[in-house]
Amino acid sequence: MEPILQVKDLHVSFQVKGGEVKAVRGMNFEVGKGETVAIVGESGSGKSVTAQTIMRLIPSPPSIIKQGEIIFQGQDLLKKSDKQMESIRGKDIGMIFQDPMTSLNPTIKVGRQITEVLIKHQKMSAGEAKKQAVEMLKLVGIKNAEARFNQYPHEFSGGMRQRVMIAIALACRPSLLIADEPTTALDVTIQAQIMDVMKEMQSRLGTSIILITHDLGVVAGMCDRVIVMYAGEVVETGTKWEIFKNPQHPYTKGLLRSMPRLDQKKGEPLIPIIGTPPDLIKPPLGCPFAARCDQAMKICERIDPSATVFSETHTARCWDLHPMAKEVQSS
Amino acid sequence: MVRYIANKFFYMLVSLFILISATFFLMKAIPGDPLTSEKQVPPAIKERLYEQMGLDKPVYQQYLKYLGEIAQGNLGISMKQINQDVSNIISQTFSASLKLGVVAIIVALIVGVLLGMLAALYHRKLIDNVAMVLAVLGIAVPSFVVASLLQYVFASKLHWLPTMGFKGPLYYVLPVAALTAQPIAFIARLTRSSMLEVLHADYIKTAKAKGLGWMAILFRHVIRNGIMPVITYMGPMTANIVTGSVVIEQIFGIGGIGKQFVQAISVRDYPLIMGITIFYGVLLMLARFITDILYVVVDPRIKLSKGKEG
Amino acid sequence: MDSNPIKVMPTPVDLTAEDFRKIGTDEKEAEVIQRESISAWRDAWQRLRSNKLAMTALIILGLITLTAIIAPWLIGKIYGYNYYSNDLLYTNKAPSSTHWFGTDDLGRDMFIRTWMGARISLIVGLAAACIDLLIGVIYGGIMGYFGGRVDEIMNKFSEILYSIPYLLVTILLLVVMEPSLGTIILALTITGWINMSWIVRGEIMQLKNREYVLASRSMGAGHGRLLFRHLLPNAVGPIIVTVTLSVPNAIFAEAFLSFLGLGVQAPVASLGSMISDALTGWLYYPWRMLFPAILISLTMLSFNIFGDGLRDALDPKLKK
Repeated sequence: MEPILQVKDLHVSFQVKGGEVKAVRGMNFEVGKGETVAIVGESGSGKSVTAQTIMRLIPSPPSIIKQGEIIFQGQDLLKKSDKQMESIRGKDIGMIFQDPMTSLNPTIKVGRQITEVLIKHQKMSAGEAKKQAVEMLKLVGIKNAEARFNQYPHEFSGGMRQRVMIAIALACRPSLLIADEPTTALDVTIQAQIMDVMKEMQSRLGTSIILITHDLGVVAGMCDRVIVMYAGEVVETGTKWEIFKNPQHPYTKGLLRSMPRLDQKKGEPLIPIIGTPPDLIKPPLGCPFAARCDQAMKICERIDPSATVFSETHTARCWDLHPMAKEVQSS
Repeated sequence: MVRYIANKFFYMLVSLFILISATFFLMKAIPGDPLTSEKQVPPAIKERLYEQMGLDKPVYQQYLKYLGEIAQGNLGISMKQINQDVSNIISQTFSASLKLGVVAIIVALIVGVLLGMLAALYHRKLIDNVAMVLAVLGIAVPSFVVASLLQYVFASKLHWLPTMGFKGPLYYVLPVAALTAQPIAFIARLTRSSMLEVLHADYIKTAKAKGLGWMAILFRHVIRNGIMPVITYMGPMTANIVTGSVVIEQIFGIGGIGKQFVQAISVRDYPLIMGITIFYGVLLMLARFITDILYVVVDPRIKLSKGKEG
Repeated sequence: MDSNPIKVMPTPVDLTAEDFRKIGTDEKEAEVIQRESISAWRDAWQRLRSNKLAMTALIILGLITLTAIIAPWLIGKIYGYNYYSNDLLYTNKAPSSTHWFGTDDLGRDMFIRTWMGARISLIVGLAAACIDLLIGVIYGGIMGYFGGRVDEIMNKFSEILYSIPYLLVTILLLVVMEPSLGTIILALTITGWINMSWIVRGEIMQLKNREYVLASRSMGAGHGRLLFRHLLPNAVGPIIVTVTLSVPNAIFAEAFLSFLGLGVQAPVASLGSMISDALTGWLYYPWRMLFPAILISLTMLSFNIFGDGLRDALDPKLKK
């Protein structure tokens, strides 16, 4: 599959009082055309920072993009000027955020918040933009779109606002949509509806999606591939099936164990991952998960493992997967 | 919306009624009566005058009569300024105060909002620090100190501006500066903090994600929402400027209501004190009422939620 | 499920079997971060102490208060002046070694008068703030605690009272009652407590639905105990901030009243009354205005800065 986005060796840091928080430490991944890729990890793992760095939305200062490339449709976004980025944001890459209650401007009518993008990027007249915006509202499943066009965000429920956000993000038919925890703030029933809207829109427009989430349930319903992040690094990546059926990294296994499943046996407990992620001002020398890992070995504290490749799509970074580990342990 | 306005209007009337009643009964509580000081008045004339002023009637009748008179805009007769209606004195002196007040309000709004906006946009930079030092000073230093200082430096020492009087545009500069120091400081702080909040709001991130330019975001999304809290300050600001003008008019020798008020108090011209008090009361309560309405009109969020409340 | 890696990325080090020995749980570095637990108050105090501006303001306030208490008495002992006796042969004199701040139009020593005035202004400010505190906490506490109908009626009452411009009421009262220290403080507090009552009401309303209050109530704690043991102590932060910020307001209001001739009456002086006395000839005798003006500005400035600092320290979320 031809990738439309390639992130290569991305390092992002934040300058804070106590030093430099190394939030993203060497991200590598690709997103294919029409593909949905999930980035999974707990809060602070660097997944949102990655998303916002792709959009170049991350405020600088305090953030510093230390190194890396973000190749989107053949061009490095990190080399673009602010002005050039403006014409990519909203047009070629759309983004939706976690909290629909605060993501819309409360004092501007919903319709205008959609036409704004169209007028900016498609150079539409106000009338054309309105027609297109009403069309978008209908597409994301808002009934009475003409009347709703003239309402303010506070007249919409949370789920409806997230639909509006999707309409805004997809108004210009971008080739990539970044959804940063789009369902976290919503009720479970609404979550499913929003995911359906996104899937529906994707099949219509052929958009690639990067879905940032910590909810593996959402991943199972929607994604093709999964990237598991921990402490600013990719620890495991694979297709949905590889990750769910054959997880290799202890952290991925932990995540799956801590999530309720339908096929769970009665009485089988959910097991939380004990401990907290490391302090990224002084990231550990070795594997960042070592301190919380029940498989940890001496090497884990000294050297960060490199990737072990299982298939063309499936890789994981763990010393336990090293051939020598099995030799030593079986002896 | 209509209920909300009706509600606020009702409150205003009640407050006004209380203020007017308070002035009446407090006036009654003053030992002696309007004629006590006029010692040489013969008893016969005194009685005639009592009758004329209705002072021989029971208190409740006097009270009702007083309310009726005020409803018609009649605030009584000055005790010290011969043959002068209180309403007349007010209407004659109001224009100077009004001009000063209106200019001050406009200046305060413009300068305050601009200063606050600059401070927010250049957060933690030099402009921000300077603006905030000025704001703290503006809030802490009493207006009469500012007025005296300005008068001393720019009028008395440098002779750039006139010391006293109210005869042309140049005469506005110092009084307006003194009068607006505190409101500007408040507005600047208010604007700054609310702009900072807006700048970090999620919907600004959305606007950026839409690819809008810096100017579009600033004008369409930031400023509009950022200056909204300033509207709530309009009522208190009017009060601040009105009471401030009492002092400022005195210092700069401007013949407005404020000056009349100070003089009335110093010679205990009770009808005039009461009249001006009521006049100020009406003015300030109106300002607050308008502020309440304005806020609902400008901020769409409030229409539904606050309309239901009392 | 067993899986066979296709390949393993090369590692730039030589590995030994020892490296792949598992670490026992006891061997593992304790990842629990040892952090001294700090009480909310000590935490706030530490934040306040690191705010240099607020601490400077606090020190200045301390110095002003101390001088206002000591200076009139001490100078009286050393130089034999007091704040009221005049020397008509020695009026409007510029500052000198005998009269540090000069003399006023009646030949009274300005140094001793200024500090005397500061004392009066501080008394007015602090007393008014304390009375506001007392009434506001009780009224607001009742409103917030009982809620419902009680709150509605009491709140409407305070709203109406609040919508009457307070300086006008104060002026009216003082026109009728002859101004003295007592009546001035009374007049200032007649509507001054409302703001405090609203702050307390809001805090109590937020706090009363917290689990710990519900728990205590379900265990049979009475109204008094709930209000004074559980609710008010947790609302202390905003209350203190409001008090701190209401002191300069009262000082300013008293100065304003002095200007109208409704402040403390001669021979007693407040900073405000000294400034308004000085206004008449101030272009010729600037020192008569200068010292009280600097002192009142410094006092109000310090209270404001300290109050802001206190607010930031007590509620870091509010920091703007």
